[in-house]
Amino acid sequence: MTGFLASEFFHNYRRSASAIIGSALMAAFAFAVLAGPFLVAQDPYDIASLNLMDSYKPPVWLPGGDPQFWLGTDGQGRDVWASILYGARISLFIGLVAMVASCTIGTLLGLIAGFYGGIVDSVIMRIADIQLSFPSILIALFLMSAVGTGVDKVLIALTAVGWVVYARTVRGSTLSEIEKEYVQAAKVAGLPNHKIIRKHVLPNVLTPLIVIATIQVGTFVLIEASLSFLGVGVPITQPSLGLLIKNGFDVLFSGLWWTSVFPGVAIMMLVFGINLFGDFLRDELNPRLK
Amino acid sequence: MLGYLLKRLIQMTLVLWVVSVIVFLMMSFTGDPVFMVVPIDASDAEIAQARRLLGLDDSLPVQYWKFLTSLLQGDFGRSYVFRQPAMTLILERMPATVELVLVAMALAIAVAIPLGVYAGANPQSRISRVIMAGSLLGISLPGFWIGMVLIYLFAVHWGIFPSSGRGDTVEIFGIRLSILTWDGWTHIVLPAVTLSLATMAIILRITRAGMMEVGRQDFMKFARAKGATRGDVLYKHGLKNALIPVVTIFGLQLGDLIAFATITETIFSWPGMGKLLIDSIYRADRPVIVVYLMLVALIFVVINFLVDVIYMLIDPRIRLK
Repeated sequence: MTGFLASEFFHNYRRSASAIIGSALMAAFAFAVLAGPFLVAQDPYDIASLNLMDSYKPPVWLPGGDPQFWLGTDGQGRDVWASILYGARISLFIGLVAMVASCTIGTLLGLIAGFYGGIVDSVIMRIADIQLSFPSILIALFLMSAVGTGVDKVLIALTAVGWVVYARTVRGSTLSEIEKEYVQAAKVAGLPNHKIIRKHVLPNVLTPLIVIATIQVGTFVLIEASLSFLGVGVPITQPSLGLLIKNGFDVLFSGLWWTSVFPGVAIMMLVFGINLFGDFLRDELNPRLK
Repeated sequence: MLGYLLKRLIQMTLVLWVVSVIVFLMMSFTGDPVFMVVPIDASDAEIAQARRLLGLDDSLPVQYWKFLTSLLQGDFGRSYVFRQPAMTLILERMPATVELVLVAMALAIAVAIPLGVYAGANPQSRISRVIMAGSLLGISLPGFWIGMVLIYLFAVHWGIFPSSGRGDTVEIFGIRLSILTWDGWTHIVLPAVTLSLATMAIILRITRAGMMEVGRQDFMKFARAKGATRGDVLYKHGLKNALIPVVTIFGLQLGDLIAFATITETIFSWPGMGKLLIDSIYRADRPVIVVYLMLVALIFVVINFLVDVIYMLIDPRIRLK
């Protein structure tokens, strides 16, 4: 630990305002997601705890506001703040799980393509090329329109668009790693291929993935929000931040802005934090800039 | 050059073919379109009849073959909802989308390039930091949410701009355009701003990075030394050389704008082909979805091709194999 505190990474971290703000925002969200149910009195999914008498209360600083609901309530008397805490859980869960799945599948395919080359390489990379010529949001939208709504389906759609970037990056670094002497030595020593890949190549191609993975969580949160806003993402029983915005949009023209504006602010702060921290990581981990 | 063009043409055809297979497979494994065309109280015989008419009782390869041949013959099927050729429906709405995308792109470029040049030329200044933080915020915002906030402020609260539709249009060569009427402009402002923000942020960041890269080069020092004005150094010598990555991104961004237009059009009820796609997804109107996807795939493939060619023209050092 003292090693880390004295490291160049930590030294730069303390001097970078964007790194500190970014990680503070991420930490705040991690805390809100983990402690959410203990921070609010109301469980927005428990219909018994909702009271229709509390519906459409404005935020506390506006006339008619109720200190019990500082960000106001929606049409069912649901506390907007409680909905955001629970919604952020779903958004962040989807972003993280889809990132881990994309990273695992993409890294595996990239290693295989780079290490073995030949027809396997061509097939994987041509699929990647074709996919990259279309915007992710459109591919995800198309997949969701075919398979229907659901958290599991959103995860599949996001993974289907997310693996490509890892596969390409890992393939590139693998190609340059297998030329190096230590891999050649391992081959001469007679190690089986899977062991060379796992023990020697994999650890050396991971660094660039850290930045991609960080930023991707933010991208996934945004894509999921867009899908849910269009009604082809998560189901109403599991409202993510995007679905909260959609529900709020339906009453926006009656002037009830708080049910949709605050969940959007939450997404913005989450993704902004991730991007700030990701930018810092990119500068730190990119050896070309040093 | 000719060999390269030919190779790219074959590649493009291959991509479109793969897309047609994927679209076909996804569509045939989801839902049963027969219930879209028969009345609710249809008898089993009527359902079987409709199934035969739609060709749904053929085997998958036969269905795909029919699908492909009719696509190639320009027969794209009829919408289940509108009972009109799907292609006509989409082509009717395409000008609205193209108009929105182009206005958004023009707006993004007009704002992003000068700000990016400034931020790249003065990386340490306070204004540059604000610009960069703003651009990071721009890519962190859900676009649809910005659209909603704009609707609330400018349409509901202040009532300056309308919140939906295209407004008055003028017909030119059979294409209806909003940007030629004042009313059309007031309608396009909010959706175009909404759509342009993300692209603006990305072009800004690329321009800045390019300018910082170019700023270290000798020819920039030389231009300064020979006494060129600051503006000339930045724009004539610097920007011209920093533009190459911007052009590549420009193509990708055009694709992204078309994709995100689906969401923007839905929020602002802009009657373009993106809104038609979303409506068709809700109604399971399969022929329209298929035509939209194939058409957009064609557009993307052509854009990518053009970007590569332009890339080659502005930088002859790039040898295309």
